[in-house]
This record gives sequence, C-alpha cells and structure tokens, in this order.
Amino acid sequence: MAALRPVRAELTGWGGTAPTGADVARPFTYSELRAGVDDPPARGVLARGLGRSYGDAAQNAGGRVVDTTAVDDVCAFDAERGEITVAAGASIDGLLRHLVPRGFFVPVSPGTRHVTVGGSVAADVHGKNHHGAGTWCAHVPSLTLATPGLGVVSVGPEADPELFWATAGGLGLTGVVVDATLVLHPIETSRVTVDTDRTANLDEAMALMVAGDDAYEYSVAWIDLLATGVATGRSVLTRGRFARRDELGPPAADDPATALDYHPGALVGAPPWVPSGLLNRATIRAFNEAWYRRAPARRRDELQTISRFFYPLDLVRGWNRMYGRAGFVQWQVVVPTGAEDALRRMVEALSAAACPSFLSVLKRFGPANPGPLSFPTKGWTLSLDIPAGVAGLGDLLDRLDEDAVAVGGRVYLAKDSRLRPELVGAMYPRLDEWRAVRDRADPTGVIRSDLARRLDLY
Amino acid sequence: MLVLGGGSDLALATVRRLVADRCRTVVLAARRPHELKPVAEELRDAGADTVETVAFDAADTASHATVVGDVFDRHGDIDAVIVAFGVLGDQAAFDRDPAAAADAATVNYVGAVSSSLAVADRLRSQGHGVLVVLSSVAGVRVRSDNFVYGSTKAGLDGFAQGLGDALVGSGARVMIVRPGFVHSKMTEGKEPAPFATTPEAVADALAEGLRKGSAVVWVPPVLRLVFGVLRNLPRPLWRKVAAR
Ligand SMILES: Cc1cc2nc3c(=O)[nH]c(=O)nc-3n(C[C@H](O)[C@H](O)[C@H](O)COP(=O)(O)OP(=O)(O)OC[C@H]3O[C@@H](n4cnc5c(N)ncnc54)[C@H](O)[C@@H]3O)c2cc1C
Ligand SMILES: NC(=O)c1ccc[n+]([C@@H]2O[C@H](COP(=O)([O-])OP(=O)(O)OC[C@H]3O[C@@H](n4cnc5c(N)ncnc54)[C@H](OP(=O)(O)O)[C@@H]3O)[C@@H](O)[C@H]2O)c1
Repeated sequence: MAALRPVRAELTGWGGTAPTGADVARPFTYSELRAGVDDPPARGVLARGLGRSYGDAAQNAGGRVVDTTAVDDVCAFDAERGEITVAAGASIDGLLRHLVPRGFFVPVSPGTRHVTVGGSVAADVHGKNHHGAGTWCAHVPSLTLATPGLGVVSVGPEADPELFWATAGGLGLTGVVVDATLVLHPIETSRVTVDTDRTANLDEAMALMVAGDDAYEYSVAWIDLLATGVATGRSVLTRGRFARRDELGPPAADDPATALDYHPGALVGAPPWVPSGLLNRATIRAFNEAWYRRAPARRRDELQTISRFFYPLDLVRGWNRMYGRAGFVQWQVVVPTGAEDALRRMVEALSAAACPSFLSVLKRFGPANPGPLSFPTKGWTLSLDIPAGVAGLGDLLDRLDEDAVAVGGRVYLAKDSRLRPELVGAMYPRLDEWRAVRDRADPTGVIRSDLARRLDLY
Repeated sequence: MLVLGGGSDLALATVRRLVADRCRTVVLAARRPHELKPVAEELRDAGADTVETVAFDAADTASHATVVGDVFDRHGDIDAVIVAFGVLGDQAAFDRDPAAAADAATVNYVGAVSSSLAVADRLRSQGHGVLVVLSSVAGVRVRSDNFVYGSTKAGLDGFAQGLGDALVGSGARVMIVRPGFVHSKMTEGKEPAPFATTPEAVADALAEGLRKGSAVVWVPPVLRLVFGVLRNLPRPLWRKVAAR
C-alpha cells in the first residue's frame, strides 16, 4: 500500500459539508486492495467507495483513505444459482449494465445506483423493498474482509457471524471489504409495473401503506413537507413489482432479450448556468407543489423503466451542488411500529418550521437483522434533505433526535453529519457489543473515520 | 478549541457562545494563566468537559512551536484555534518610544506569524480545523492616529490571507475576522467609532462564520461595504474622513 503513493486531497460526503484532508490511495488490482490496511500511517486507514454517504462516514482526516473504485472485478458469476462475487469497488450501476440483460437485478438497491458494493455492505443499505427483502447484507452469504488484527478473512452469516454482522452497517470500521458474494433477484423484464396514489395527508398515506404494502415488492411515498394545515404530510405513493414478460406488449412479450433491454439514461450534469444555491425555500416549495400536482390521483399498472422507478435522481449528475457552497444535511430516522404518533409529530414539526426539504421520503421497514449498527428496524422511516444554512436547523433536528430516542427510534449514521454523540448509545443500544467485535478485528485502532471520531464510536 | 490570548474579551465571548453550542474542550493560552481560573470554572459550569489554561507569551516566538505542539499532543484533534492576542497601544506614546512600538509590532504581527505557522502545521497534519485570525478594519485602511497598530493588522491580514490560500486542499483553513470598534478591555475609555459593536456580536458572527465555512467575516457586516469605499478613497480625502 505504501507503494501506492497516496495523494493529499480534500474529501466531503455527498452533502458537501465539513471537508477534511486525507492521503488518498487508489489500489488498482485486487491484491492491492487486499493490502489496504497494511503499513498504516499514524492517523489510520479507511475505505471509501463512491462517496454517496451524506456526512463524514467515508472521511479520515489526516490519515489514509483507500479509494476502492478502481477495483471492480467480477470474481465469479453463477447464472444457475443467481450468485455473483465481485470486488468491493464495483458499483451497482456497473453491475446492472451486465446483470439486467442476463435477467437479474440487485437484491436491494438504494435510491442511487452510484454506490459501491463495499459501501452497500458498510451502510447495510436498504431499498424500497425492505418490508419484504430486508437489507443488502441479508443477501450476502459471504464476504472477504481485510482486517488489521485477523488478516484477510472470509466471513458470513455462517462463518464468524459476529464479525460479519459487525461489518454490516459497521461503516468501514471493522476492515476493508475486498469482495462480496451476492444472491441476485431474478427478473423477466426490465420494467416495473407501478401503481401511483396521491394522498391528501399523512394519515391517508400511512393507512394505504399499512393496508397494501404486502402486495407490493417495492413501495415508497414522497412526502411534501412544506404543505401545512389539513394537507400536512400530503404524499405521492408509488408502489410496484417487476413486470412479467407476458405483461409487456409485442415485441418484448415474445423476445426475452428485448424484455430485458436496459439503457440507463446517460447522466446529464446540472447545467453550469444553474446557479449554485438554486435550491432555497421558494424554489423547493414550487417544486414540491408541481410534483404533487403532476402526480395522478390514482393510476394502476403503469410500466416504468428501472431508471425512472428506482433512480429518478440519477438523471441529474451533481444535483447536490444545487444546494450551494454551504451544502446540505440529510436526516433519516426510523420510528418503530406503534410509535406512529411520534412520526406524525415529527412531520408536523418539520412542516410547521417550513423546513425546505426537497427530497422527503417515507417508507416502511420490515424486521431488523442481527447487525448491531444496522439502521433498519421494524417501523417507519422518514428521510429529508435540508440546505445546511437554514436558520434554526440544528436545534430542530436535535429536538427530533430526542423525540426519536424517546420512542426507541434512531437516525441513519451513513447520512448523518450532526448527531450529538451522547445519543448514539441510546439509538444503537448494542454499540458496546459492536465495539468488542471491532476490538477483535482491529485491536490497535488502525481503522478510523471522521464520523467515528465525531460520535466517539470507539 | 484553543485560544491564543485566552483573556481577550472578544475571544471569551466567542468561547462562551461555542460552549453553549456544544464545544467540549477549551484550552486558554495566556501570559498569566492563573488569572483565568475563574473563567475556566465558569466555562465548566456552562457545560465544557475540559478547560485548561496554559502559559503563552506572544512575544516569545521561540517557544510557540512547543507550546502549540504540547496542546495538540495532549488533547488530540482541535477543531478551531483563535489567534486573539493583541495590543492597541497609544500612537502618541509610540511616537515618543519607538522601542515600545516595536514591542507592539512584535506581539501583534511577529508573534501571530510564528504561532499561526505552528498551528497551521498541526492542522495540516490532522487534515481538518480552522485557524481564526482576529484582524481588524484598522488594517484595511491604516489611519494616522493609530498607524502602528493599523499596520500590524494590515500585515497580519495579508499573512492570514496567504496562509489561507496555502492551506487550500489540506482540509485545514483560515478564517479572518475583521471587526470595527468593539467595546472591550482594549478600547476602554476610547471614544467609540461609527458602527461600534459588542464582543457578543463578534462572537455571533464568528460562530456563524465557522458554521458556514466563511473565509472572511466583517463585524458588523456593513463594514465590508463601508471599507470597500474607504479603502479606495484618495489619500487627502481619507485623511479628512479618518480625522472625523
Ligand atoms: C441520492 C442518494 C440516495 C440514497 N438512497 C439510499 C437508500 O435508499 N437507502 C440507503 O440505505 N442508502 C441510501 N443512500 C446512502 C448510500 O447508499 C450509502 O451511504 C452508501 O454507503 C454509499 O455507498 P458508497 O460506495 O458511495 O460509499 P461511501 O459513501 O464512499 O462510504 C460509505 C461508508 O462505507 C464505507 N466503505 C466504503 N467502501 C468500503 C469497503 N470496500 N470496505 C469497507 N468499508 C467501506 C466507508 O468507510 C463509509 O463508512 C443514498 C445516497 C444518495 C446520494
Ligand atoms: N476591541 C476592538 O475594538 C477590536 C477591534 C478589531 C480587532 N480587535 C482585535 O481583536 C483581538 C482581541 O481584542 P479584544 O478586544 O478582545 O482585546 P483584549 O480584551 O484586550 O484582549 C487582548 C488580549 O491579548 C493578550 N495579550 C497581549 N499581549 C500579549 C502577549 N505578549 N502574549 C500573550 N497575550 C497577550 C492580552 O492578555 P494580557 O492579559 O496578558 O494582557 C489580552 O487578553 C485583538 O487582536 C485585537 O487587536 C479588537
């Protein structure tokens, strides 16, 4: 690794807040990635994928950051069993280009396909199918982890399950994921049949989701947090499942290859003339209004492409810059089933504060997995983006954090940039158990990150 | 955070403000650290976990690397360092005593150069952190009735701009604060200039600047415009304006 000549660079998360400098090493081969934690410098080592975590999870100020993205080899692919083993730097985007035409989708996908396999393990990402399929790591029978304490080890739900589950959602702090095996989701077509429902308020959206989600593979509600009064929490609910071939018209219905056509829209950059800082309260309000009005009140069986249904945001590259130089903050919370009142109060507080959130999303989570730091637990998750400069934002989110703790909820660390460290233990009550496993994998504290320092994770 | 010139009214107002905003470790460096014990106690009561006072003399430039290095070694990462020490002096006295003027220049400029460089070195290697430099509008356009002070601030401001540019890409950065007249120990008994403000206002602006990642903060903000004009006035006119 020392031979890699790291380059000093300033890094931020996707939210663009709190840049810090690190020596970025970019392994080029699989064996260089395996050696990622060797010869660590004084301020330690951390792996980084495509930097789509919002806060400082993928930063290590003053130390080494291993940029994994050049190591994206496919180590093995078994079409019979629907299993693939890939190097950690592979992106979901790259995988889909090969897998969709072969009749497979990733088992779980976040709202962007520009994330790596390593980052998906480290955040134990969830998608619109969590209520049925669980997280990313529920579909990983094994992975290879380079650790400072135990060397390069193969772990999984069967082999050293403690280390495997500490790595799932462990934010890179147990070692460098070198590769992972993934059980894929077979698909007949590259289209999703989508039902859309526009709801007048939050309760209506939640009632629809409770009643109907089990019938849908994928489900999500976009929620307008700028609507107030009786319209508080009005939403556009989109739910769907992959279409069968016989549901497509000719010629696709008769031709498996056409049915699996996949042309992810080429990325369009946010045009350079778009003023940075375009997203402010007025533009966000206008956007939300238009988005809500544009949605049909009720529509059934609409065929949508993978890009449109799963990755609408990916159509604009660098959309995060529209928030301007100060960047933006993501806040994602999960509130357990039974604490719906707390969720309602949060939505009301955010709406009353006229918090200009442009991407607010509500979805249901199924049961938690054994990962002590894995975010999802059974209940409701709400996520929002807010420009970092908004006055009073810090205090409001601090209060909402307290509300979440009070009902046994928690925030998503892969998106966090501002949580008060005192609350981490209450949100993740198995933190000490996780620390013990981390100490075994990294007894001398070689693996470090800005997030771990900020939140006193170790 | 670390304050060089820990007894400064401007700096202490800022520290109080940041402690209320969840800053937990404070190191106050001053010539007579024991005098800061009551302040340290007050900051602990306000919620700071660790408050330490250390000996630091801005004029003793040879000691700076060690003093600063020790603080970083003992406390680990430091998010913000404020260079707050400074002396105003009296121009008439300086006119009579050039050696005293040189002493003031040593503290305000020379001492700031050596201590800031020692801090920058540590910030660079930790890969993050802000060096806050208390400059002054007195250095933006130097006036005849305090030109020794004004020129030290002009030098310091230029130094801080250059250092800030040099740190781009390192993760560390510099924030320059340019207050106008502030009611503090330094200006006690002096006649307030237009747009006079308070240490609390400076603290608010400074905290806001830290939050936003500003490179330069004027207090009050209107002074940016005022000095945008004043800085370009022809000298005969400036002399009249400066004489009020
Ligand atoms: C538009 C958008 C939508 C999103 N939607 C969702 C969503 O629906 N659901 C969801 O769960 N998340 C979502 N996210 C968050 C994102 O999926 C996670 O933050 C993910 O971890 C990002 O992957 P990355 O490759 O960019 O990793 P990075 O951001 O680079 O790193 C994230 C973490 O993974 C660690 N890491 C990366 N690679 C490795 C490795 N090889 N070994 C060990 N540790 C590693 C890093 O140290 C860091 O802690 C979204 C993000 C964006 C920008
Ligand atoms: N007040 C204003 O109107 C104003 C306006 C613009 C800029 N500023 C600048 O803001 C900064 C803070 O000013 P302030 O108003 O807070 O003044 P202050 O309360 O007088 O603080 C100045 C501090 O500098 C310290 N100091 C002086 N010489 C020193 C030395 N050799 N070594 C170590 N410390 C030394 C003093 O400590 P001792 O107790 O040891 O003397 C004092 O605590 C100064 O740089 C000043 O130039 C002030």
